[in-house]
Amino acid sequence: MTTSNSLVYLIALPLLGATILLLAGRRADKWGHILGTLMSASSFGVGLYQLSQMLGRSNEARPVTQKLFEWISVGTFNVDAGLLLDQLSICFVLLITGVGTLIHIYSISYMSHDHDRRRFFAYLNLFIAAMLLLVLGNSYLNLYVGWEGVGLASYLLIGFWNQKPAYATASKKAFVMNRIGDMGLSFAIMIAFATIGTVSFEGIKEHAHHTSTGALTAIGIMLLVAATGKSAQFPLQAWLGDAMAGPTPVSALIHAATMVIAGVYLITRSNFIFDAAPTAQLLVVIVGAITLLFGALIGTAKDDIKKALAASTMSQIGYMILGAGLGPVGYAFAIMHLLTHGFFKAGMFLGAGSVMHGMNDEVNMRKYGALRKFMPITFVTFGLGYLAILGVPPFAGFYSKDMIIETAFNSGGTKGIILGVVTLLGAGITAFYMTRVMILTFTGKSRWDAEAHPHESPILMWLPMAILAVGSVSSGFLLSRGDALVNWLAPLFEQHGEHEELLAPIVVSGLALAMVAIGVVVAFLKYSRQEVAAVAPENVSVFTKIARQDLMQDSFNEAVFMRPGQLLTSALVKTDEHVIDGAVRGVAQLALGSGSVLRGVQSGFVRSYAALILIGAALLIAAIWVVI
Amino acid sequence: MDAANYLYLSALLFTIGAVGVVVRRNAIVVFMCIELMLNAANLAFVTFSRINGDLNGQVVAFFTMVVAACEVVVGLAIIVTIYRSRRSASVDDASLLKR
Amino acid sequence: MVDLAISVGTTQNPEAILFWVLAPLTVAAALGMLLVKKAVHSAILMASVMINLAIFYIAQNALFLGIVQIVVYTGAVMMLFLFILMLVGVDSSDSLTETITGLRPIAIVASVGFGGLLISLIGRATLGRSAVGLSEANMNGNVKGLASLLFSTYVWPFEVVSALLITAALGAMVLAHHQRIQTRPTQREMSTARFRGESLANAAGLPGPGVYARHNAVDVPALLPDGTPAANSINATLKARGDMLTSGSFELGKVDTSAEEEK
Repeated sequence: MTTSNSLVYLIALPLLGATILLLAGRRADKWGHILGTLMSASSFGVGLYQLSQMLGRSNEARPVTQKLFEWISVGTFNVDAGLLLDQLSICFVLLITGVGTLIHIYSISYMSHDHDRRRFFAYLNLFIAAMLLLVLGNSYLNLYVGWEGVGLASYLLIGFWNQKPAYATASKKAFVMNRIGDMGLSFAIMIAFATIGTVSFEGIKEHAHHTSTGALTAIGIMLLVAATGKSAQFPLQAWLGDAMAGPTPVSALIHAATMVIAGVYLITRSNFIFDAAPTAQLLVVIVGAITLLFGALIGTAKDDIKKALAASTMSQIGYMILGAGLGPVGYAFAIMHLLTHGFFKAGMFLGAGSVMHGMNDEVNMRKYGALRKFMPITFVTFGLGYLAILGVPPFAGFYSKDMIIETAFNSGGTKGIILGVVTLLGAGITAFYMTRVMILTFTGKSRWDAEAHPHESPILMWLPMAILAVGSVSSGFLLSRGDALVNWLAPLFEQHGEHEELLAPIVVSGLALAMVAIGVVVAFLKYSRQEVAAVAPENVSVFTKIARQDLMQDSFNEAVFMRPGQLLTSALVKTDEHVIDGAVRGVAQLALGSGSVLRGVQSGFVRSYAALILIGAALLIAAIWVVI
Repeated sequence: MDAANYLYLSALLFTIGAVGVVVRRNAIVVFMCIELMLNAANLAFVTFSRINGDLNGQVVAFFTMVVAACEVVVGLAIIVTIYRSRRSASVDDASLLKR
Repeated sequence: MVDLAISVGTTQNPEAILFWVLAPLTVAAALGMLLVKKAVHSAILMASVMINLAIFYIAQNALFLGIVQIVVYTGAVMMLFLFILMLVGVDSSDSLTETITGLRPIAIVASVGFGGLLISLIGRATLGRSAVGLSEANMNGNVKGLASLLFSTYVWPFEVVSALLITAALGAMVLAHHQRIQTRPTQREMSTARFRGESLANAAGLPGPGVYARHNAVDVPALLPDGTPAANSINATLKARGDMLTSGSFELGKVDTSAEEEK
């Protein structure tokens, strides 16, 4: 364990950028985007410096800590505001600042016509700072601050164009659903404090061995709730699709590459809890598996390109959560998939943004078509991302997703077979809907609106896409070469020796590729051979209809949570009005009534008061007479 | 002669005074009735003093007289003030507390 | 009367006679105070009650208190009462009809209950020993006995009571103090008003009241040469108080020989 004084700059630089941009106001309009980008880039520089330092040390000395100040000190409960940069968080730091910087650059051009571009960059910087605090915090409490910070930044950015009521509603929806997850995190912290007495990662890791499984399971489940909220996992997944209301760079950065993977980070970071709580771990796997299929199914029916990608994100994070739930063998693969996904999904989102940029902000894929000729760079970068997500060798997804499928199969018993089949199925469906996106957008005949004049995006936009495309191609290979990432992360996780192999890796790869091929072929038959209608056909099967409605997730939430909640609220209001207010008013009425009765006694005549005294004296004497 | 007779007299006078306070409306008469009640109490004190062979009762009666004198002085001044503003010495007219 | 709870060893017949003569008088005077209409009559009856009480005090070997009773009550306090009565209106009389509904029966029932119970309580009370009498306590004289108590045991209450007296005197002064609401007219102003006013009718001074043969009291208006009563011959205070007689019966030509005092 090493200490360092430079960790804080990782967070401080983008935070400074956000502060300056927010406080300077319109004066910063001219140079705000450059400052924001520079701050993000310099944070990335600090991250690279930290990585180089870390590489030069032995495994044990690699984690770096920095104590900022003593935050809470109550009795035996001490929480320092401290930072921890270890092999796990450096991955996230580089992903966040790296992809973040690329998206900053992209946004300079993408948002150039928006007169609030400075504010946009301020929020982006704020997000980077909060996300870095999330992954750098050395305790759950510090993590919680960052966790709320990214929630805030996400809310502000989804509702960036809040002049449109639908967008403002979407941001509120995301915020509220995230709050449910955040409550889980706060409960987890409280349980940890109550049972273990500390909330720092290190402290809990030390005490996890002699803490009751029940408490650990409770903490684990609460952490899972938190993760489902932030990472849009079942059952708190409904907000992600609507979050696409935000500008496309936001979707790429927050709702694809970084913030939504916070749940994966949380579970991976809490490996010592989940390893000791098999029930919670099993729940993690189940949640991951459900979401994986759920997102993929939604993706097949979406005509909005961003919503299709959002569904895909949900599904891919399902893979990561599933991987993280598989225990020590899965953590590293989850992280690897997370990193590769960060590249290819961000690249594809930026590609989608580029397409929208050229098509007058049209998001309906049925009105695209044949864009390949007009946007060659976008087509190529998007295509590389497409190949990566499909898992075609040697692109990134092949290494990361295959590993998760393989681990799922090898997790043992019936569970392994079910998970393996689910992940394979997911891979097939992913291939189907991603191929659909490709075909609808870039090939076939044009189905544009009359006023559309598609054109390639400027260099500031395609350069980040190109860099991300390079990442989509190479990251998987680089990270898995000689098990680089697995070995890099190994010191953090407890190893459990060897595990039996149900299927040989080559078999799994073959199966996965076969599923992908089936998906691609089906999509080709359905969308390339036939004419695609510019307007979504209405006479479709009931399954399609349900899928178009996000598998009824909103209706479900509305029926199960919102309506009873409203009923409860109105019942409480009634109770308040009639029972509580009634009691209060009743007391007042009682006082008033008795007052108006007793007022008769207060005639104001001294003599009647004297008469009362006389009566009282007579009664007193009578009492004495009786007693004596 | 039984000293208790004085006590009966005292009780009787006190009761008459009390009735007077309630029944009469003229503030000055009301005050006189209060004086009567105080005097009745004094008579009882003096009688008890005699029964107990102890002068303490007489001392208390003495104090009662002084306090009664104070009360009369202030009370009559109040009556004059009220009379000056209301042109009436009836206690019923000074019933502003009701309103 | 050995059976009675409280009895004095030596029965003094003169005292018994005194009591049985004066006690009914006292009660009658007290009741009369309650029942007469005029406040002045009440005051006189009150004075008689107090003198009777003074006699009772002296009869009970409380010489000092008896004297003080006469000096303070019948002398000072009753003087004060009469003085105030004069200020407020010596002739004003109460109407004895009750204005507050049900107050009188309530008062009578309550007081009969109170008095009856009190008297029966005294009758039931037992001392447990024979009465002592004051002959021993008054050995050095009643005044000396009282003084030695007053200036030793009761010196503190004595001082407090003196403070109370001073406070009461001050309070009475404050209450009686009349705030002048307009400036006092100077002699020049009064003179101007007299000679440069609307008329010179009053230049020689206001007419005096009560010049009529039978009624030379201040509450009877003077008669003008034409036989009409002069309203301004009556003091303004009496007019304001309503104690002025109607002068109709005094007007010339309408003299009613059978006119009696109207009060």
